[in-house]
Amino acid sequence: MNAVETTGRFGAFGGRYVPETLMANLLELQAAYADARQDTAFQAELRQTLAEFVGRPTPLYFAARLSEAWGGRVYLKREDLAHTGAHKINNSVGQALLARRIGKRRVVAETGAGQHGVATAAACARMGLECVVYMGGLDCERQRPNVERMKLLGATVVPCEAGTRNLKVAINEAIRDWIANPAGTHYLIGSVVGPHPYPLMVREFQRVIGDEAREQFAARHQGLQPDAVVACVGGGSNAMGMFAGFVDQPRVELHGVEAGGNGQGPTSATLNHGRPGVLHGAYSYLLQDAEGQIAPTGSVAAGLDYPGVGPEHSYLNDSNRARYHVVQDGEALSAMAELSRTEGILPALESSHALAFTKKLLRERPGLTVLVNLSGRGDKDLPGLLAKGLLKTE
Amino acid sequence: MTALDRAFAKARAENRRALLPFLMSGYPCRERFRADLAEAARFADVLEVGVPFSDPLADGPVIQAAAAAALREGTTLARTLEDIATLPAGAPPLVLMLSFNQVLARGLGAFAAAAAAARVAALIVPDVPLEESAPLEDALATRGLALVRMLAPTTPEARMGRICAGARGFLYAISVAGVTGTRDSLPPGVEDYIRLARRHASVPLCLGFGISRPEQVRTLAPLADGFVVGSALIRLQQEGKPLSPLLGALRDATAIQGDRS
Ligand SMILES: Cc1ncc(COP(=O)(O)O)c(C=O)c1O
Repeated sequence: MNAVETTGRFGAFGGRYVPETLMANLLELQAAYADARQDTAFQAELRQTLAEFVGRPTPLYFAARLSEAWGGRVYLKREDLAHTGAHKINNSVGQALLARRIGKRRVVAETGAGQHGVATAAACARMGLECVVYMGGLDCERQRPNVERMKLLGATVVPCEAGTRNLKVAINEAIRDWIANPAGTHYLIGSVVGPHPYPLMVREFQRVIGDEAREQFAARHQGLQPDAVVACVGGGSNAMGMFAGFVDQPRVELHGVEAGGNGQGPTSATLNHGRPGVLHGAYSYLLQDAEGQIAPTGSVAAGLDYPGVGPEHSYLNDSNRARYHVVQDGEALSAMAELSRTEGILPALESSHALAFTKKLLRERPGLTVLVNLSGRGDKDLPGLLAKGLLKTE
Repeated sequence: MTALDRAFAKARAENRRALLPFLMSGYPCRERFRADLAEAARFADVLEVGVPFSDPLADGPVIQAAAAAALREGTTLARTLEDIATLPAGAPPLVLMLSFNQVLARGLGAFAAAAAAARVAALIVPDVPLEESAPLEDALATRGLALVRMLAPTTPEARMGRICAGARGFLYAISVAGVTGTRDSLPPGVEDYIRLARRHASVPLCLGFGISRPEQVRTLAPLADGFVVGSALIRLQQEGKPLSPLLGALRDATAIQGDRS
């Protein structure tokens, strides 16, 4: 086993900063995951589930009209076409299979945009597991369609009304649930955050995005690779999944896009505005004040509205392998509308941040070939945006 | 002998288990916290003070709410250290409880120095398990402070042995798998768990989480060296009630009758 697998450290970042009550669970999970990774039967079942239930591989799509409008070559990895509408399902089915393998009958999860909650509810329904999803009260309001979907899929949705009422609070409550129910419960975390082995394990379940995209791109371009790969970063799972396919190719630029909020209030741009600290079990960049209190965050995209970031992104940032940028609410909303009109694809608000950065990148460096991870579809966002007058349909 | 060693030795000499009241710094307001801390010092063998954190993972609703209120009151680490430094020289040793990020924000070395200057005896940092404890333990040890190691009902025996070996000050045994908060009864098996832990422990073993009533302390007094009571005191503060009746009853309940296993 290499260093990351034993210590959970990406350079200085990562680790497992959790109450002792959870250590036995984390060590059990680490061992079970290491075992499953080597087990051809587990891998075969995962592959089959990804093919038949999730609908993989997802297409690589050349956005011809958008490319013309933006002055480059834009390819979209269509995670919006995965079952339940986002990349989150790749990780949810992987961890649900693992939970079942280690005999856990109950799954708890957090969700921000609701995509991870829906994906986990679907995976649990498929595997006959009980599912409880914690979701901030603010996010329940702005992602209402997903709350109903989770319930329809048989999950119990617990709104979290403490403090900031967003993803951070939902993770707090999910971890507290796990502390109180360590024996029969698996915590199915939705991003590359949290204590070891989650950042590593979730990346590995998501790397199917990058592995597929790399092959698909190479197959079309005589083995060539894109100039740049772009993904939005909340906790960072769709980005890590995509980056995993390209990180060992030094000529491919890696760009992560963080949420800048509305330009007046707080941001969620952890790597751009934070400094390292410990939240939710990992040492990583963090939006915090001088006392180490977690700072309030803001973003129109519930899935990006988080003060932390996966430890491997902190590592890629500090080692300069990847660069992280900031996109504001308004820019993301424009990109959302633009993709809808030019390509007939309605992207999630989260993914729209990656698109908005791509537009700026091509303005600065026209002609680049850019692969964007279109992490999810935007149907979930419409009611909230229309109600607030943030998006106009004509 | 450290101040903590002396505090536990004194309780033993008086045929008692130690009482460790927990209060949240700055709750319900700075003045009342200082008054309640002085009051608690009259009954305590060791004082525990929480420095409020925005996102405490191991805390239940009562302590979460107290932390949130204390933060709204403007409570900071600096203010906490100032306040505890006002305790008289003969006061019981004091242990600070906080999240690791609050320590990191100062820097490990600077934090240890500031805590030592305020006569803090030890730290309880629930989100630092054994695997991550070395840098913090080393920084604290340079200033003569201990990091209190924790045990949980989920801790397997082999791991218990590793945690207990090298423990300093005292060990904190979490009574239930769960967050802090008062509970009507402790889970079945808690006695076996404490007995097992006690076999490995070479420093005093204190039981915390869920302990709110004198009867619980009386029942468990034969088994553990000390008892941490937090949420029950904070609930009294919430209701604007004085702490001394409960503290007095808890202190009485720490007496060891006969059995000194
Ligand atoms: C469509 C979509 N993209 C991105 C994210 C952000 O998460 P991550 O950074 O882990 O990919 C979310 C989270 O809810 C999402 O729903």
